[in-house]
Amino acid sequence: MRHLWETPGGVHLSDNKAQSQTMSIGQVPLPKMLVLPLNSAFGETAKASVRVGDRVLKGQKIADIQGKLSVAVHASSSGIVSSIEPRTIAHPSGLPTPCIEITTDGEDRWIESTTYPHYQHIDPSKLCDIISQAGIVGMGGAGFPSAVKLAIDGEKSVDTLIINATECEPFITADDMLIRERAAEIVRGIDVINCALGKPKTILIGIENNKPEAIKALQEHCNGTHIEVVSIPTKYPSGGEKQLIYILTGKELPSGALPMNIGMVCLNIATVFAIKRAVIDGQPLISRVTTITGQACDINRNYEVLIGTSVEHLLELNEFNRERCSRLIVGGPMMGFTLSTTNVSVTKTSACILAVSHQEMPDSSPPQPCIRCGLCAEACPASLLPQQLYWYAKAENHERLQAHHLFDCIECGACSYVCPSKIPLVQHYRTSKGDILTARAEKAMAFKARERFEFRAIRLDKIDHQRESKRESRKLFSNNAAQQRVSGKPPLTASAEDIIKAAQLRIQTKQISPEKQKAKLERTLIAAQMRLEEAEQRLADVLDSGTLDQQTQHKATLEGAKQKVDKTQQRLAKINLQ
Amino acid sequence: MNSKQISSPQTHNRQSTAKIMQLVLMATLPGALILSYQFGWGVLLNLFISTLTCIVTEAMVLKLRNRSINTHLGDYSAVVTAVLLGLALPPLVPWWVVVTAATFSILIAKQLYGGLGSNPFNPAMVGYVVVLVSFPIEMTTWVTPISLLPQGINHPGLWDSCMIVFAGSVPIDGVTGATPLDLFKHSKGLMVEQIYNNNRLFSNASFAGVGWEWANVAFLIGGLALLKARIFTWHGPIGMLGSLTLMSILFWDAGSSTSPGSPVMHLFSGASMLGAFFIVTDPVSSATSNRGRLIYGALIGLLIYIIRAWGSYPDAVAFAVLLGNFAAPFIDNYTLPRTYGHRQRHRATAKEIDK
Repeated sequence: MRHLWETPGGVHLSDNKAQSQTMSIGQVPLPKMLVLPLNSAFGETAKASVRVGDRVLKGQKIADIQGKLSVAVHASSSGIVSSIEPRTIAHPSGLPTPCIEITTDGEDRWIESTTYPHYQHIDPSKLCDIISQAGIVGMGGAGFPSAVKLAIDGEKSVDTLIINATECEPFITADDMLIRERAAEIVRGIDVINCALGKPKTILIGIENNKPEAIKALQEHCNGTHIEVVSIPTKYPSGGEKQLIYILTGKELPSGALPMNIGMVCLNIATVFAIKRAVIDGQPLISRVTTITGQACDINRNYEVLIGTSVEHLLELNEFNRERCSRLIVGGPMMGFTLSTTNVSVTKTSACILAVSHQEMPDSSPPQPCIRCGLCAEACPASLLPQQLYWYAKAENHERLQAHHLFDCIECGACSYVCPSKIPLVQHYRTSKGDILTARAEKAMAFKARERFEFRAIRLDKIDHQRESKRESRKLFSNNAAQQRVSGKPPLTASAEDIIKAAQLRIQTKQISPEKQKAKLERTLIAAQMRLEEAEQRLADVLDSGTLDQQTQHKATLEGAKQKVDKTQQRLAKINLQ
Repeated sequence: MNSKQISSPQTHNRQSTAKIMQLVLMATLPGALILSYQFGWGVLLNLFISTLTCIVTEAMVLKLRNRSINTHLGDYSAVVTAVLLGLALPPLVPWWVVVTAATFSILIAKQLYGGLGSNPFNPAMVGYVVVLVSFPIEMTTWVTPISLLPQGINHPGLWDSCMIVFAGSVPIDGVTGATPLDLFKHSKGLMVEQIYNNNRLFSNASFAGVGWEWANVAFLIGGLALLKARIFTWHGPIGMLGSLTLMSILFWDAGSSTSPGSPVMHLFSGASMLGAFFIVTDPVSSATSNRGRLIYGALIGLLIYIIRAWGSYPDAVAFAVLLGNFAAPFIDNYTLPRTYGHRQRHRATAKEIDK
C-alpha cells in the first residue's frame, strides 16, 4: 500500500455522477456539419492546409502546427470543406476564433494511415513527433500539447509518470466510463508513454475511490506491469496536477515550475487513450468521450463525440429542455464555464456538457460583504488567504496581491464554493491576474521604449558634436585664410618655415604662465577626484540593487573618472618638474 | 436558459452569512438564560433595548446610505452586535446607557466605517467602552446573584425592573453588589484565602464565583458548539484562554496578598468565556490567518490579565479586544501561511517573491 499525503483544504461535494453512468458510452449520429477550431490554448493558431471546396477524408490533417505550442487539426469525418472563418467556440471568452467547417458526406471514410504497433523500437523523439502530428492535447481541461510534455531533452530525466484519473469534478464521468470500457487500451497507451519517456522508474495512476469499477478494471490490466493503481480519498480538488503530485509523492511543485522540473510527467487518462489510438492504431485525435448530463436533459449519458460536433446536436439527442435549464456549462460545476449559445462545437477539452436545472443550480443571489470568516482559507488547497486576496483585488493593490501569492491560485473555486457571502472570488482573482500581467507587459514595453529613447539621444548628441567640431575647424581655416589675405602674404607663396614660425608664435601668445597653468591643473584635479568619489558611491548603490545595464554604465563612468585623475596628476607632475 | 456568462464555480454550498449569525445568536442562548436566572429581568431588558436600538439605527443608516434595508438587516449582524452588547452591560442599568452604547456601536463603530465587514473595531466593544468611560457609576453597579440575595429580598419583578431602568427608581438595598473581579481589585493586602473566606461570593461558590461561574460555563458550552459547527477555528479562543491561564499561573504567587487571583477564577469570571468565544472570534475585526488569530487571541488574553491585575478596571475584555483590533492588521502582515510550492512563509509586505 502506497503512503498517501493529505493536501490542506479542499471541499467535499455531492458527486452527482450516477445519473450519467446507467448506460455504456454511446455513439452520436453523424452530424451534418463539423466545426473544428484552429486555436491552441497556449500557442499560435494552426495554419489551415486545405481550402474551401476541398474534399477531405476522416483523419486527414487539415491544419498544420505553427510554432511549438500550436496544435494540429484533423478532419473528424469525411466531407467537403465548406468554410474557413472565425466562429464562436466553446471557450470562456465567447470570442470568435478561426475554424474550419466541414460538411460531412455521410460516408465517414478514413484516410490511409501509418500504424506503429511496434512502438517499443521507435526512437522517443519520433514517438513525440507522431503524438504531436496527431494533434493530441491534455484532455483534462487545460489543453496543453502532450508532445511538449513528453519531449525530454538529454539533460532532464523523468523518474515518475503520473496518470491523472481522479476526475474530481462532480457530474463528469467521461474518464470513469472510458476506463471501465477501454482499460486494456489505456494500459497499452501508458506503455507507449513509458517508451517515449525512456522508461521512468515509477508509474502511478491516481484515481479517486468513488470509482470502484474503474479501479478494478485498471488493476486487472495492470497486473504484471510496474504500473501502480493508487486509489485516493475523494476530495475536491485532488485532481489538480499540483495536488495529485503531492498526494501521491509528497513532493510539492515549486511555485512557477513544471512537473518536468522535478522529474515528473503528469497526463490525463483520456490523453493516454488518445496517445494509444494515435501511435498503435494511427488515428489522430478526432473524437473524445464527453458526458452529457444535468436535469435539463432527459437522457444523461456519455458519448464518443467527434470533435467539431455542435453542442446543439448533442443536446437534441439527449432531449434537452431549454425552459428547464438554468445554465449550460462546459466542464464541471467547479471550474466549468457557461455557454451563452448552443451553437458551438465540442473541442478536444470538452469533457462534459452540463445542462443544469433551476433546482440543481438556482441563479445566484447578489454577493454580500466579506466578513473575513476564514472559511475560504480553510478550503484553499494551496494554503492561500483568499479573503485577503479579495480585499487586495478590490483595492487593486498589485504588490500585496503578489506578496500573497496570487499566481499560486489554481482557480479551483473551493473558496468561492464555501463563501457564506457568495462572493465570486475566483472571478476577482482572474481579473487581478490579467491586470497584473498587462501591467507587467506595459512596464517591459516602457522600459524598452526608454532604452531606445536614451540611445537615440546619445546618437543625436554624437552627430551634433561631430557637426560642431567640423564647423569649428572650417571656421578656423577660413579665419586663418582671411588673416593671411589681410597681411598680404599669399598663402601659397609662404614657405614651410614661415608657417611653422607663425604657428609657434601663435602658441606662445596663447600660452599662459606656468603658475596659472599649475593652479588650473590643481583645480581640475580636485574636481576630477570629486567626480571619482561620486562615481564610486553610485556604483556601490547600483551593485546592490541596479540592473546589469546600470552596473556596466556606472563602471564605465568610474573608469573614465580614474583616467582623468591619473592624467591630471601626470601633467601636474610634469609642470612641477619644469 | 441563462445566456449570461457566469464565472466559475457555478455552484455554492448552502452556508450563508445570515445562517452563521443565527447560529452565533443561538449559541448565546445558554449564557443569556443563566445570566437572566442569576441576575433577574435586567438582563432581558438590556437585550431588548439594545436589540431594538441596534435594528432601528441600522435601518436608519441603511436608508441614508441608500442600501437595501431588507438584505442588510436580514444578515442578522446588527442583532449579533446588539445581543453581545446587551449581555456585556450590567443588568438594571438606565435605558439611556444602553441606547447610547447601542447607537454608538452601530452608527459610529460599524456603519460609518462602511457597514458589515468593513469595521476595524468590534462594534459591541466600542459601544461598551464608550459608556464605560462616560458613565462609570452606572456601569460598575452589578446586581447580586440570586443565591446571595439577603433573606426576604428578591430580584425586582418585570414591572419594578422597568421602573428602575426607564423611570430611574432606585433598587432596594442588597439587590446590587460587587462582582468577583471587583472584590479582588478592592481587597488589596488580603491573602487569597482570606478574601475567599470573607466573601460569600467566593465561599458559596462551586469553583470560581457565585453566579459568574455558571454563566461562563454556559458561554463556554455555546462557544464549543460553534467550534463544533466550524463557525470559527480554535485558534482565537485557545490563544486568549491560553495566555490568560498562563499569566494567572505565573503571577498566582501561591495566593499571597499580592496575588491577582487563581487561574480558575480568571477563566470563569467576568466576560472571559463570552470574550473568548463570541468577541475574540468576531472575524471582521480580528487577524486573518489561523496563526494570526492564535497570536491575536494570545495578545488579548495577555492584555486582559494585565489590566485586571494591575490596571484600574476590574474587567478588561473590551479594552483588550479593542487594543487587539488595533494590532490585527499588523499581525496579518507577519502571519501568512506557507503557500504550496514555496519553501518558506513570506511577509505580506515582501516586495520581491522568490520565483
